[in-house]
Amino acid sequence: MVHEWALAEAIADYVFKTAPPAKRVRVTVRLGELQAVDEEILEFALREIMKSQGIECEVVLKREDCVLKCRKCGYEWPLKDVGFEEEVREAIHFVPEVVHSYLKCPRCGSRDFEVIKGRGVWVEEVGWE
Amino acid sequence: MMIAQSDPRLAVIERRLARVARVVPVMSSKGGVGKTLLSCLLALALSERGVRVGLLDLDVTNPTAHVVLGADLSKFPEEDRGVVPPSVGGVKFMSVAYYSRDNPLPLRGWEIDNVVREVLAVTIWGDLDFLVIDTPPGIGDEVLDVLSYFPKHEPLVVATPSPLTVASVRRLLKLLTEVVEGELIRVVENMARSDSSTVTDLAKEFRVKFLGRVCLDENVDEAVGDVNALRKSRMYGDVSRIAEKLLKGS
Repeated sequence: MVHEWALAEAIADYVFKTAPPAKRVRVTVRLGELQAVDEEILEFALREIMKSQGIECEVVLKREDCVLKCRKCGYEWPLKDVGFEEEVREAIHFVPEVVHSYLKCPRCGSRDFEVIKGRGVWVEEVGWE
Repeated sequence: MMIAQSDPRLAVIERRLARVARVVPVMSSKGGVGKTLLSCLLALALSERGVRVGLLDLDVTNPTAHVVLGADLSKFPEEDRGVVPPSVGGVKFMSVAYYSRDNPLPLRGWEIDNVVREVLAVTIWGDLDFLVIDTPPGIGDEVLDVLSYFPKHEPLVVATPSPLTVASVRRLLKLLTEVVEGELIRVVENMARSDSSTVTDLAKEFRVKFLGRVCLDENVDEAVGDVNALRKSRMYGDVSRIAEKLLKGS
């Protein structure tokens, strides 16, 4: 099972730690384009983990486009304009910050850029009843 | 009812470390005192004594423990409901270098924190008697993350008798003794050339344990990258004595 399971466990543990005991929960998760998490696997894993605790889980996934901004020249560009080799894409999938090892600002060539949105996994909302 | 907006990775770190008995971050605010070599040799020495050991290279922007161990970076670690650290010389070894390879990894503070959170959230250590952590110099993100994210740890502070090191490490010990129980903090002297009492005096000043001296081994660089050669080095002999003391709970 791929490492999405570990991220699903993180989301589940967050829910267990913050929400009171409930039979049904609704989790809204934002997924940054940079980490390229497999939505189906994440949703399946999260439902399974919750089910093992007797909790029915509705999962809402929101994909967020990734935008990068150079800290040196201020240029902003979307990740979708960048073509990575498969192996690089996989490295970024595990640790998104390694994008700095494989990408430079297309305008000035600096690696000192930031991911201003669309990095990774973020819980937006948890509801329960 | 609703709650909103959070990084879920922090919630799972406790679970990932639940089966790790002892966490030993190897720290020194001064660079060049031999933290990485000492971390690697300590992990190898503990492993040789039959205990289950992990080694985490937390020098995020400048990882080099893989160079010491000769770890193979050509393949990503395997996945099994997370990332499973490959075994190198009997040590479960994890590093961001598996993903950044030998490329530069220039990161700002919050990005370093993100890497640490990610690695701690997805690494499946399993049952460990010891997790040794190699940390970078300074008192920056990685060191603060160790203090924040590891519920209990036993810092091993590395110093040399140099006045610059002593001035720097004194600041680190001041910080550590504010947040960690004194009996869990240990000091070792590395690159020792004589029986100078400078480092033992520093340990006494902060009422923390002095665990021993590791003599300067001018030949150890020749063994870098080869676990078997490292285990035959003079430095390994000295570090093994430190490992014995750690095992006995000194």
